[in-house]
Amino acid sequence: MHVTPGASNSALPALYRTMRRIRSFEERVGELFVRGQTAGSMLHLSIGEEAAAAGVTAAMGPRDTFTTHHRGHGIFLARGADPARMMAEIAGKEAGYCRGKGGSMHIADMGLGHLGANAIVGGGIPAVVGAGLSARHHGTGAISVAFFGDGATGQGILYESMNMAALWGLPVLFVCINNQYGMGTRIDQATANTALHERALAFGLEGATVDGVDVEAVADAARTLADAARAGRPGFLAVTCYRFYGHARKDKSPYRSPEEEAEGRARDPLARARARLLETGLATEAELEALDAAADAEMDATIDFAVAAGEPPLASMFRDVFDPAEPEPEPVRARIDRVLARE
Amino acid sequence: MIELTYRDALRQALADAMTEDPDVVVLGEEVGRYGGAYGVTRDLIRDFGPDRVIDTPISEAAIVGAAVGAAMTGLRPVAELMYVDFIGMTMDQLGNQAAKIRYMFGGQTGVPMVLRTQGGTGRSAGAQHSQSLEAYVMHTPGLRLAMPATVADAYHLLRQAIACPDPVVFIEHKALYTMKETVDLAAEPPPWGRAAVRREGGDLVIVSYSRQLYHALEAARRLAERGIEATVIDLRTLNPLDFDTIRERVEAIGRAMVVSEGAMTAGVAAELSARIAEECFDFLEDPVVRVAGEDIPISVSTALEAGSVPGPELIAGTAARMLGGRA
Repeated sequence: MHVTPGASNSALPALYRTMRRIRSFEERVGELFVRGQTAGSMLHLSIGEEAAAAGVTAAMGPRDTFTTHHRGHGIFLARGADPARMMAEIAGKEAGYCRGKGGSMHIADMGLGHLGANAIVGGGIPAVVGAGLSARHHGTGAISVAFFGDGATGQGILYESMNMAALWGLPVLFVCINNQYGMGTRIDQATANTALHERALAFGLEGATVDGVDVEAVADAARTLADAARAGRPGFLAVTCYRFYGHARKDKSPYRSPEEEAEGRARDPLARARARLLETGLATEAELEALDAAADAEMDATIDFAVAAGEPPLASMFRDVFDPAEPEPEPVRARIDRVLARE
Repeated sequence: MIELTYRDALRQALADAMTEDPDVVVLGEEVGRYGGAYGVTRDLIRDFGPDRVIDTPISEAAIVGAAVGAAMTGLRPVAELMYVDFIGMTMDQLGNQAAKIRYMFGGQTGVPMVLRTQGGTGRSAGAQHSQSLEAYVMHTPGLRLAMPATVADAYHLLRQAIACPDPVVFIEHKALYTMKETVDLAAEPPPWGRAAVRREGGDLVIVSYSRQLYHALEAARRLAERGIEATVIDLRTLNPLDFDTIRERVEAIGRAMVVSEGAMTAGVAAELSARIAEECFDFLEDPVVRVAGEDIPISVSTALEAGSVPGPELIAGTAARMLGGRA
């Protein structure tokens, strides 16, 4: 499939704003980590990948559902998440989306159709097949989108899921955010054919690769594929981008050269969108500065919120293993007490 | 009252659930046109159509994963895993996704799905089609586990599993499919999670489940001929586990044996006997004895296969030795 970029200029200001909020949020997630105030020891930033999140979610409707990989903050934010509750969740606080039990890699919100981020590479992919079956069964007209990284192309579950989606003509879209690295392994060190969407074509899915530095191109490609998916022709979109920082917050990327990183970071979707907004007259420098400052101020406040938020009560530990109408699991301490209470 | 096989009762449970609730769908390998490898889903595709009885590719992980996503978005999927031996293929979707989603997401959603499968020996099916892997499931918080032994339970437990708001692994026994029983499906079933005392006797308690129930009952019959009376408990579900019924009987009787077809080491019998030993210590006259599967793979040879798991002779002989002078 051929994708023509640049057909949606009028959406660019909103796409830029989404990307700018994501970057600002991710920078503050990094800051919270450095301050030692995140609960999770594992944080994966999506800086450099903002166009994938903003562009694809722009093609999604309100009833659509999705799953993400472990690097999914940007996608959730772009879908309308409250960044303060996200930051609280990342900090493991009661006010977070999952009451502090999920954290960065297991954030979810049924209200926004977020069926869950996942810490197992590829683990969230087959759920969209089920969500697609459900959408078709209930006639909702919704699609379900699986977001995952290039690393997941090494997992069999992706191919099982693509095969089912194609076989059953489900309203499903697979979005591979190819940031070039699965942890420290570059894509060409993990697979011989790096034209990832060709795999989808082999399964009978619609498929395209789009340059993730160009958010308008991503949005256009995603819209084409989302429309097809809604009509029962599921698809696969590979968004080519560059992971600006390490795999996780502590990773200084010794496996790649400073030259490569400089080159990768030069392909910045925000810088490109900003330049285009100015060039086309869709925004002035002053307007963009105000927008940037507003995003930063909004995200600064998320840190304050997360730091001030309370820890979940210890008793909540036994909650939600099963349905709330069922008895909670008996604590080990109570069981020990019972054993030792004998005469 | 109606005479049904275990297989028919399962099929009836699926059909009744599908009739009552249009959101119940069945998916799995060969469940539609073929009718299920053991015939449980025969004719369901005729009655409910291919959109609700979904034949899948041979992709166990994605079958379970699709059931997870469907369950989170308003369907009540009943996925079939042809043999429990294939559970390893699904373990991420089952153990990391289905089991943990309610908890990880702070209680926002349940995963009301059933994974129907079958296990155990008795058909000379070899090492990869004869295992009893319920301990894998019982060891994973967040999963319910039902293992019906009787025809009535095949029906009622499956209905209850489909109605359960949490993921249920439902393990049938391949040697029981043709067993017949006269049952009243309209009768009020015992509550979900309650064990059944299938035989009363004052000399020892035999705790069992699934097909081993019948070996335990046959052993109890033989023991009775020698003047030893056994109480036989059928757990019905391993999660929830009705330990109260076990405790009450063991405290009253003072001797306990746990019978399981699964490999003995770190198995269901190990968990149950540890718990009995801990919690009923002051009431026990003998150590709790596990009568379980050998710690070996299952062979195709029928002689080796039968020798690998407990049977009435081993159970009765062990009980007689426990009772010492009385045997």
